[in-house]
Amino acid sequence: MARTMWDSSVGKKTVMAVSGVIMLLYLVAHVIGNLKIFFGAEEFNRYGHWLRTVGEPFMHYEWTLWLVRIVLLVAVVAHATSAYQLSRRDIKARPSKYVHKKPRASYATRTMRWGGVILGLFIVWHVLDLTTGTVHPGGFQEGHPYQNVVDTFSTWYGNVVYIAAMLALGLHIRHGFWSAAQTLGVGSRTRDRALKTIANVLALLLTAGFIAVPVGVMTGVVS
Amino acid sequence: MKLTLRVWRQKNADAEGAMSTYEVDDISPDMSFLEMLDVLNEQLILSGEEPVAFDHDCREGICGACSLVINGDAHGPERTTTCQLHMRSFQDGDTIDIEPWRASAFPVIKDLVVDRSAFDRIIQAGGYITAPTGSAPEAHATPVPKADADFAFEHAECIGCGACVAACPNGAAMLFTSAKVNHLNVLPQGAPERETRVLDMVAQMDAEGFGGCTLTGECATACPKGIPLMSITSMNKEWLRATRKAGKR
Repeated sequence: MARTMWDSSVGKKTVMAVSGVIMLLYLVAHVIGNLKIFFGAEEFNRYGHWLRTVGEPFMHYEWTLWLVRIVLLVAVVAHATSAYQLSRRDIKARPSKYVHKKPRASYATRTMRWGGVILGLFIVWHVLDLTTGTVHPGGFQEGHPYQNVVDTFSTWYGNVVYIAAMLALGLHIRHGFWSAAQTLGVGSRTRDRALKTIANVLALLLTAGFIAVPVGVMTGVVS
Repeated sequence: MKLTLRVWRQKNADAEGAMSTYEVDDISPDMSFLEMLDVLNEQLILSGEEPVAFDHDCREGICGACSLVINGDAHGPERTTTCQLHMRSFQDGDTIDIEPWRASAFPVIKDLVVDRSAFDRIIQAGGYITAPTGSAPEAHATPVPKADADFAFEHAECIGCGACVAACPNGAAMLFTSAKVNHLNVLPQGAPERETRVLDMVAQMDAEGFGGCTLTGECATACPKGIPLMSITSMNKEWLRATRKAGKR
């Protein structure tokens, strides 16, 4: 069954849809966590520490966190690999363009591929910046996420990269969520409006929620 | 009407093609698009040139033979087949671009004619039912709920012209394949092959080199028969169901 899935274009789209939904659910939890930064350093840092102790005493320190990280890594790799392979197939299936060109599809739909590449690069930077601290501006302090976030968004490029990526994320979710519903066969004529609304609301709330943090640092609300 | 036509000319499958420009005059707004091309071809024949090759058959909008991309739209600006498109949809003095369907699974044979036999092979893979031969069965022998009959009929309207493939930026045949799968899968007559039909037809669609669906909706916009985009959703559902069932066996 796994073989049939991966070998078929429809099956590969299913892999994309499922991995996309997993990442989307994670993002909802992520944005809720991020917003705690507006309640002060103490609450935000405590939340950061709690993430490592989730599931104790059943789970050892950081086990749950690593479990989530592994699931996310698998989701990202599956999503990107299927996207790459499907895109290759699509480009091969339409080698010659029409001489008479027309603007096609919505902006969100047309930017899925490059938007996805931008998001992939962003994730690498984001992890190196705020998880490992490798490319963090100003001394990265383990266990002090509040200060680390403030440091990142005190640089102009930190703000630009982050905000650009979050706009790309909004567009990606807007088309991606609704598409995933069609791929998984849960879309229908009666549900179409609801699905499109949920996609737009999710895209808007996630983008606004994530962008609130750098805007907060820039305006001095978070410092 | 006086028109400038820019038409894709390609000697054969292996030749390099290019757009050629022609002028046509005295075109009546009541002519169909194909009649306008007939006028062009008569003109070309009289001047000793090779006429433009294009597919056409019934000219009634029901056979699916005609296949032109007109000003970037499959079947042109109206939601109908090229043969049912009339010159009143254009203005005097217009320049009209006429190109063949573009997809690697639909190679150009000559000028505006493409080879659509990939569709036939998708049908051969599962677009049939195991009907007993002999005299016609009693009409009420197999009851079909009204909603299912409507659903089947909506999809049975597909004439297999390939406009969906031509319009799709990925050259995907998802709308065609889903119309054919849904049409038979919802009916009791199609039930015995319900799983193999969708699995085999999708596999053949992939094997023919069609692209995948990115839900741009271009196919459903171009479809002269109004096959809805949700048709693809229904096929995805059938495919996943069949894959799960095949996995259990």
